[in-house]
Amino acid sequence: MFHATPAPAAAASTTSTTSATAATAATAAANAAVDGILAELFARLGNRQDQLLPVLHGLQDSAGYIPPDSVPAIAQHFNLSRAEVHGVITFYHYFRTEAPPRCVVQVCRAEACQSMGADALLEHAEQALGCGLHGRSADGTFGLEPVYCLGHCASSPALTINEAVFARVTPARFDALIAEVMATGTREAA
Amino acid sequence: MTTRIWVPCDSAALAVGADEVAAAIAAEAARRGLDIRVLRNGTRGLLWLETLVEVEMPAGRTGFGPVDAADVPALFDAGWSREHPLALGLVEEIPYLARQQRLTFARCGITEPHSLADYLAHGGYRGLRNALALAPADIVATVTASGLRGRGGAAFPTGIKWNTVLKAPGTEKYIVCNADEGDSGTFADRIIMESDPFVLIEGMTIAGIAVGAARGYIYVRSEYPHAIARLEGAIALARHHGYLGANLLGAGPAFDLEVRKGAGAYICGEETALLESVEGKRGIVRAKPPLPALAGLFGKPTVINNVLSLATVPVILDKGAAYYQDYGMGRSRGTLPVQLAGNIRHGGLIELAFGVTLREILYGYGGGSASGRPIKAVQVGGPLGAYLPESQWDTPLDYEAFASLWAVLGHGGIVVHDDRADMAKLARYAMEFCAIESCGKCTPCRIGSTRGVEVIDKIRAGTGTPQAQVQHVVLLRDLCDTMLGGSLCAMGGMTPYPVLSALNHFPQDFGQAGIEQHGSQRAA
Ligand SMILES: Cc1cc2nc3c(=O)[nH]c(=O)nc-3n(C[C@H](O)[C@H](O)[C@H](O)COP(=O)(O)O)c2cc1C
Ligand code: SF4
Ligand code: FES
Repeated sequence: MFHATPAPAAAASTTSTTSATAATAATAAANAAVDGILAELFARLGNRQDQLLPVLHGLQDSAGYIPPDSVPAIAQHFNLSRAEVHGVITFYHYFRTEAPPRCVVQVCRAEACQSMGADALLEHAEQALGCGLHGRSADGTFGLEPVYCLGHCASSPALTINEAVFARVTPARFDALIAEVMATGTREAA
Repeated sequence: MTTRIWVPCDSAALAVGADEVAAAIAAEAARRGLDIRVLRNGTRGLLWLETLVEVEMPAGRTGFGPVDAADVPALFDAGWSREHPLALGLVEEIPYLARQQRLTFARCGITEPHSLADYLAHGGYRGLRNALALAPADIVATVTASGLRGRGGAAFPTGIKWNTVLKAPGTEKYIVCNADEGDSGTFADRIIMESDPFVLIEGMTIAGIAVGAARGYIYVRSEYPHAIARLEGAIALARHHGYLGANLLGAGPAFDLEVRKGAGAYICGEETALLESVEGKRGIVRAKPPLPALAGLFGKPTVINNVLSLATVPVILDKGAAYYQDYGMGRSRGTLPVQLAGNIRHGGLIELAFGVTLREILYGYGGGSASGRPIKAVQVGGPLGAYLPESQWDTPLDYEAFASLWAVLGHGGIVVHDDRADMAKLARYAMEFCAIESCGKCTPCRIGSTRGVEVIDKIRAGTGTPQAQVQHVVLLRDLCDTMLGGSLCAMGGMTPYPVLSALNHFPQDFGQAGIEQHGSQRAA
């Protein structure tokens, strides 16, 4: 039932890199993967500037995030400065420049959810995951993020787990959902 | 004979387990050897009843809800009879639904959103066929005569906007649909896109013919992946069947559409910031003039309309301007899709002619608060809308009536708070939201909101001398005046609405006696 986080090429390699060579090899592989993704996107979407957001989305969908190393290639493709591309990436909350944790929990913090106990739900989530907002759980599995309205305000409070939306979430339901993630490893197909 | 059972596939239903319910019904029917077909309809908008299962019976579609997957075996045991505790009777007769006037949402929850055939069977594309027989200026005249005003917030007459684009010189023009829907308490755009996507596509196609635009964009927020997928599926189907493309229905002009995904910036709902975003830039607000109608997307004349404005065009072209204009009151014509949310027992979508009172919505439809506690404050029109205390709940839903209260109807979102709400905290939240989401172009909004958070913090701390506390409140009002008068767009210009309405109507929450009430309550 959970949508898998798009397998981040780089993140997958962070678990058991014991030697420096392995790390370098993994980085090289990750870079090659990003290059391949970009080449496909550039070929398909062209280089008119209005394709910049679609390229960034495409990259984040496939790689899990927008590696800062990819900015020069993107800038060159669109004939923009690196600063311009960086400015676009950082303006939008949705784009991330670091590999996401395996499981991203986004709790809605907007008014309708507040009126139904979103603050208490968030506190519960922080306790349960052992991290604050914008933080990650100790083992790195979970990340907790805010979101401002998911369009489920009539069934609030609402949250997402790897982009799957859950509404009318009580602390007990939260615990059950997290237990399910732990049991299924979160990588179940969408 | 096959019995048809509908289980909604709107994401609000999915968020409470509709897929599991559909799977359980199919499995249980198979186990019992029953001849049942599970269909996936959109939502009726009775969101507190989701998952609302409908069973085809001789009398009509009979509802059960809210159904959980665990309820399914017992529902089969009871033969889906009216005796089951979850039975709701005929869906069309549920008072919440029966008392609505559904024009824009006429098909929502009835049809299968991914089926063009179902859309056509329920009156779809009649508006486009009529439009194809009219001159562009006559289509525009029909929309103008209907009295339709933009449903995205500013309530500008849609026909007048279209006329400007029609008359603008040049052959390259665009239709842009604003599906950013960032306001808390609003979900009507999402429901249209997920439950009746073809009606939006049809409305945009009519707009294209009317103003001479061959291309359209739908800018959907990234928080709505489900709506994006549904729209993309519907666009592909429409194109495949000649409802989009080079030669509409074999006899018409060209029109095609694409979906663009936003990236989590509230300000991109503002029309010029949205255009910047589609062009591949940061979503920074443009100064007006020029109006987007004259120099919009890629500098070309552009119609930019909200999802609901565009989705209402097909019924107007189908049934005529007079039919639509007959609904409503004063200068607010037609119907308003009200979105009732927050601490309310029966939250959902209620489409009604303008003119119903807020109190009737809260109690007649909403059934009071979800918590059972007294309702304290109601925010109408999203995070930039005013908080209304009980003394104002007899106001009719009408743009002008709300303006006269120094409030806004906006996109029709209503968020209910019970008596535990701390209005100073909510005012702080409004300032903080503005600080986080400001595009940064102008100082009153960018800096004012940050200072606003700080001064409200001081007020809430309550540690100053009585004089200092009064000074903080004076400063807050001053700051709001500056934001109201000095901001380039409504982000900074309207954040004072929730802040000052909270302060004026609930001074006790700010540690104030309320003596200087209404001091700075002036219209923008
Ligand atoms: C900060 C801000 C956010 C806005 N967000 C939206 C939005 O999410 N959806 C929308 O349709 N209009 C939004 N608007 C209003 C649009 O700028 C514009 O008025 C509207 O898209 C015009 O379409 P309409 O005439 O059909 O209402 C917003 C305006 C501002 C100032
Ligand atoms: S008011 Fe705020 S959001 Fe609007 S243009 Fe100014 S800084 Fe940008
Ligand atoms: S306010 Fe949380 S889903 Fe809308």
